[in-house]
Amino acid sequence: MSMRVLAALSGGVDSSVAAARAVAAGHEIVGVHLALSRTRDALRSGSRGCCSREDAADAARVADVLGIPYYVWDLSEEFAEDVVEDFVASYAAGETPNPCLRCNEKIKFAAVLDRALALGFDAVCTGHYARLDGGVLRRATDAGKDQSYVLAVLRADQLAHAMFPVGDTGKPAIREEAARLGLRTAAKPDSHDICFIPDGDTRGFLRERLGARPGEIVDAVTGEVLGAHAGVHGFTVGQRKGLGVDRPAADGRPRYVLGIEPVSGTVTVGPGVALDVRSIEARRPVWCSGTAPDGPFACTVQVRAHGGTAPAEVTPLDGPEDGVRVALAAPLRGVAPGQAVAFYREDPAGDVVLGSATITATA
Amino acid sequence: MTYLDHAATTPMVPEAVAVMAEAMARTGNASSLHSAGRRARREVEESREGIAGAVGARPSEVVFTTGGTESDNLAIKGLFWARRAADPRRTRVLVSAIEHHAVLESAEWLVEHEGAELVLLPVDAGGRVRPEVLRAAIEEAPDATALVSVMWANNEVGTVNPIRELAAVAHGHGVPMHTDAVQAVGILPIDFAASGVDALTLTGHKLGGPYGAGALLLGREVGMVPLLHGGGQERDVRSGTLDTPAVLGLATAVQKAVADAPRRAAVLTGLRDELVSRIRAIVPDATLNGDPGTAVIDGGPSRLPGNAHLSFPGCEGDSLLMLLDAHGIECSTGSACTSGVAQPSHVLLAMGASEAVARGSLRFSMGHTTTEADVAAVVDVIGQVVERARRASAGATRRRETAGSA
Repeated sequence: MSMRVLAALSGGVDSSVAAARAVAAGHEIVGVHLALSRTRDALRSGSRGCCSREDAADAARVADVLGIPYYVWDLSEEFAEDVVEDFVASYAAGETPNPCLRCNEKIKFAAVLDRALALGFDAVCTGHYARLDGGVLRRATDAGKDQSYVLAVLRADQLAHAMFPVGDTGKPAIREEAARLGLRTAAKPDSHDICFIPDGDTRGFLRERLGARPGEIVDAVTGEVLGAHAGVHGFTVGQRKGLGVDRPAADGRPRYVLGIEPVSGTVTVGPGVALDVRSIEARRPVWCSGTAPDGPFACTVQVRAHGGTAPAEVTPLDGPEDGVRVALAAPLRGVAPGQAVAFYREDPAGDVVLGSATITATA
Repeated sequence: MTYLDHAATTPMVPEAVAVMAEAMARTGNASSLHSAGRRARREVEESREGIAGAVGARPSEVVFTTGGTESDNLAIKGLFWARRAADPRRTRVLVSAIEHHAVLESAEWLVEHEGAELVLLPVDAGGRVRPEVLRAAIEEAPDATALVSVMWANNEVGTVNPIRELAAVAHGHGVPMHTDAVQAVGILPIDFAASGVDALTLTGHKLGGPYGAGALLLGREVGMVPLLHGGGQERDVRSGTLDTPAVLGLATAVQKAVADAPRRAAVLTGLRDELVSRIRAIVPDATLNGDPGTAVIDGGPSRLPGNAHLSFPGCEGDSLLMLLDAHGIECSTGSACTSGVAQPSHVLLAMGASEAVARGSLRFSMGHTTTEADVAAVVDVIGQVVERARRASAGATRRRETAGSA
């Protein structure tokens, strides 16, 4: 069935091929580049973001080649409020946010999708690596590129209007396809890092917005104060480098950030073994099927964008604060509050995303 | 297709296409001394005379350029440099708040690199610079004022400025005045000598001529420092081998547009008024921005005849544009921007509009190919398009309010 589809074109190769495939499938496609910042550089620098005017021009050129209309939508205000402010507030609270996930939840499949539906579109198509069929979201076939984790925040009503045409293909094949179609994005470097921090200096970005918020670095084992820092936003649970502690631990082993206390500003550090997490509490669960499970269930969880999976039992919690408790069958490291815990059901046809929640505490 | 974006660019008239096609098959550098060069020079000089005659200038006052942006840059920077060289106190640049970016960015560049002081002249609610506003601004520091630039007619809302009066005010203090007249030439009665301005920008592609060809009309006594250095082909004010075919196309289009202006202005005014009244009959809260166009300024209408700039409360201009495009109707949300990001129009903001009103606006601009059928095409779909765009904006507002209260 032919649908009216809005293809989000970042100016990268994945969204280019996604749009090309949607066109080839016989849908009526309109390309839209999302302007997420009003101050845009003329040229793309390195591998960051999609917000330079060069990226917009690449997106426009792809639309020309595909023979589809192309527009730019200014989502800069929504992005600043829902993604950037949230990102800063989360760091200020001692958490480690994932802005891509927030962008999917609040921008691409909310602000953009709502507007698209009101304007008469049936779906929004993006270049995310995930598979979606009959409302069931699965991991991409290319495990290395799989982005189902950052889509696990989407509800059933959002997934019902989403389209991810590249999830069944590996990245090299996508690049080949783009080259075959004559799309100038074919050899464009992958984007990494955080799109709204073009120089990649996250600490500097946060320092500018949060100012210096000094605190102590404390040894979790001895309670000894090891040093001082300029702000908790410089730290992530599991971080090893850049602690600014010159005295070695008694056992000579490396120290890691174990915990961040945003109010006092205390950062606790200790041995890697103390990073092992066996239990996770998380808030605001989202269920991709649209219905919450009626009791505990076994699944595989993933706690960050790449890697970090383990079998677990998930128990939905009753009470005024929606939440879940996750008991891990094997310990995981690098589990940071603010990140999402995504729930998967293993399946030979591709692991199925059941939902996700935002990590609040670990033990 | 219903093309209602003539203020962005208007189709070339067939006569200009023909004269250029023929000229492109010939060779000759207008600066060469042999017969091919002489022929090219004759064509260029005949074109210069033709343009001068059409707009009330002397042939020596026509400096050929690549168009509006170059002419504006040359006028703003060149006048500034010349005036400051004559008297180092002259660093103030007085520019209206509703200028095209070619003027505004040139002035900003002077601020950043040449120590200029930029004074933005405010406009009234109709988008017009009042002579008393200019007088007051100059009188704050007349000896330090380098130049004044006020556009003849605004590209977005179509409001016409009282150029003769403004030039008289500037000259009362010995300050030169430039006007960007790219929207005005070929539709409004323009007489360079009578207007009193020292420099005037015109461009081909807004009046039926080619892209990349324009002129700066520059008074013979006006001091000007060049932007482009080289062979000094154009009065030593502008260098570069002249594009003979483009110059011929430009001259053909200017003369034709000017000769036809009275007739076309009447036709377009009728079509424009019909479009506005029929849209407002369907969308009663739509409002016309800019001057109503009923007054007379310098012998012409107070609004560009083909300009209908409307605000549709509760709509995003982007949504309207996209939906109209899907119905084959081509218009604009304002001035196009390199990144394609719709910024709220600086013109509407300067006129006192809110950001929401500025974002919910569309410009329909008519030209020599516009007919009754184009008006009918818009009228046919505008109701459903506005309704749909409103739903899209209302949904976004509802969602954000819900999110805010959660």
